[in-house]
Amino acid sequence: MSVVKIFVPCDSAAVSVGADRVARAIAAEAVSRKIDVTVVRNGSRGMYWLEPLVEVETAFGRIAFGPVKPGDVASLFDAGFLTGGAHRLALGKTEEIDWLQRQQRLTFARIGVIDPVSIEDYRQLGGFAGLSRALTMAQTAIIEEVIASGLRGRGGAGFPTGIKWKTVQSVVAAQKYIVCNADEGDSGTFADRMVMEGDPFMLIEGMTIAGLAVGATKGFVYIRSEYPHAVATMRKAIERARAAGFLGPNTGKPFGLGGATFDLEVRVGAGAYICGEETSLLESLEGKRGQVRAKPPLPALKGLFGKPTVINNVLSLAAVPWVLAHGGKAYADYGMGRSRGTKPLQLAGNVKRSGLFETAFGMTLRQLVMEIGGGTASGRPLRAVQVGGPLGAYFPESLLDTPLDYEAMAAAKGMLGHGGVVVFDDTVDMAAQARFAFEFCAIESCGKCTPCRIGSTRGVETIDKIRLGFERDKNRALVEDLCTTMTDGSLCALGGLTPYPVMSALTHFPEDFNRSAPTRVAAE
Amino acid sequence: MNPATSWDETSARAIIDAERSKAIDFLGPDGETATSLLPILHALQEYFGYVDRAAIPLIADALNISKAEVHGVVTFYHDYRDAPHGTHVLKICRAESCQAMGVQRIVDHLRNRHAVKPGTTTPDRRLTIEDVYCLGNCALSPAALFDDEPMGRIDEATIDDLIASAGART
Repeated sequence: MSVVKIFVPCDSAAVSVGADRVARAIAAEAVSRKIDVTVVRNGSRGMYWLEPLVEVETAFGRIAFGPVKPGDVASLFDAGFLTGGAHRLALGKTEEIDWLQRQQRLTFARIGVIDPVSIEDYRQLGGFAGLSRALTMAQTAIIEEVIASGLRGRGGAGFPTGIKWKTVQSVVAAQKYIVCNADEGDSGTFADRMVMEGDPFMLIEGMTIAGLAVGATKGFVYIRSEYPHAVATMRKAIERARAAGFLGPNTGKPFGLGGATFDLEVRVGAGAYICGEETSLLESLEGKRGQVRAKPPLPALKGLFGKPTVINNVLSLAAVPWVLAHGGKAYADYGMGRSRGTKPLQLAGNVKRSGLFETAFGMTLRQLVMEIGGGTASGRPLRAVQVGGPLGAYFPESLLDTPLDYEAMAAAKGMLGHGGVVVFDDTVDMAAQARFAFEFCAIESCGKCTPCRIGSTRGVETIDKIRLGFERDKNRALVEDLCTTMTDGSLCALGGLTPYPVMSALTHFPEDFNRSAPTRVAAE
Repeated sequence: MNPATSWDETSARAIIDAERSKAIDFLGPDGETATSLLPILHALQEYFGYVDRAAIPLIADALNISKAEVHGVVTFYHDYRDAPHGTHVLKICRAESCQAMGVQRIVDHLRNRHAVKPGTTTPDRRLTIEDVYCLGNCALSPAALFDDEPMGRIDEATIDDLIASAGART
């Protein structure tokens, strides 16, 4: 009998609920029963409510069991789970689980399937197909393919990726850079982390293709320090890619193709949310305080060390290998309106089934939260859904039919951002959430522009006055005025978008701001 | 966690030079700028457990920037500490997804039951508690990081266990 492969995720979220202990228990149990098994540590399939999700490779395909606790391991062996035996944790064939079946996984196709740091696994499932094609193409042809895909910046701003590349390519410079923004600070988002922990070679491949397209020979992945596991996996993958010749002086060599030079390194952030803003990130890479730069000049023209620089989010760069392997048009066939392709959505907070859901643009918020997510985890009525991280708007129940695409979200005075969706039940105090938005902005403001630096602190104070019932109408008007100033006058999205959560809370949930009895002026 | 090594200038200089050389090896001329500053600070903190003030002039000298610039960077980023933290560190996520799953209750429990609050270290210096805004484990909120070990779906009992395993008297 051949050795049975058992998959137990090494994804840090799976580990956070005991995946390492389960992997050890399985290995120990197999030894004591004298059964020859290989435990593969894969990425996560993104069905986090089922983690640790254990899969077994059988004659009929991979069979899933979850959530598995170390104490369940002996009973799994007793039930014959290695041949797909019946067990109360059995979920059937992994690929037939509804949550996965309803997705259109392009970027996440391999995540949860392969050993993240195995180049062999990666190549077997289509890895490096995009790069090998790009190596035979002219720079402009690669860029045309990316433009044709309609790919827009997945970090949140939604700027067309191909156009950015074209700008960098068209400048003549002795040195250009590729920078990957992996400072995934938005709460409610974890797709970048999953890519780095679950399929790091895809990101390396995407960055290498970007390097070829614009003529850049060096790159950085800037990862936030809150992601120690992603840092370790990326570093290991880079080392292996370099050793195998996919990075370094001749990236074409493994394909028997001519020379192109590209190499990259990981840099670790230091706990500043603002460094997710592209110009702050560049400052940070240069060894400075992460303060926002005024634009222009665009980073495409004067970026890292003043050199032309492509700076893209993890998900934008991770989408590129697929685009090159299958063609821009095939990617653009997914999606709606001006939002083409797929978007990895991240469902979190108070929701029954939480995780990563990649789908073509256009699914409504209600479908995602209610059908896919199954409503609140607490079982209480849903009250608000925040979309797009801490700078995203809170949607009330009545707006849940808004489609998840860039334009439709903007029309509803919100933004899709990095695709984080956080669900709240009816115990939430929306005035407290509005206050938190200002408070977070005050903590994380880089301090360069006044609307953000001062406005956020004044915002906290003014919300407090409203909550206490002190000159409520006057202070409400003041918050609105403050929000207008921050929107119009801030240098970057931190100050510019903090009004989204604040104003959406005020507009859709006014009753939460009137909870206490009005206070007399003298009480101040 | 990492036992803090007491400050010594020779080790600090070696760390600074090593990080600077790495940047120059990778970047060439652009590596001779201050670009290695964050890696230097991370490496010093990893080794000593904090960034000693005495390192600031050494770094400024090596990178050819002013002491004020180094100080500015050290104080700008939340990660850098000017004194060692406790033997163990518990970072609790306070961002929206964890709020929606009741992290406030856990913080209240810490305060009421154990008389410790985020941003402080237990008197016996066994455990430091810190706030963090998002650990990317939002699908398993409330989330925390105990030293480098991720923790998901934490509750009051998890906190009691962690405090016990840190050997902290609260």
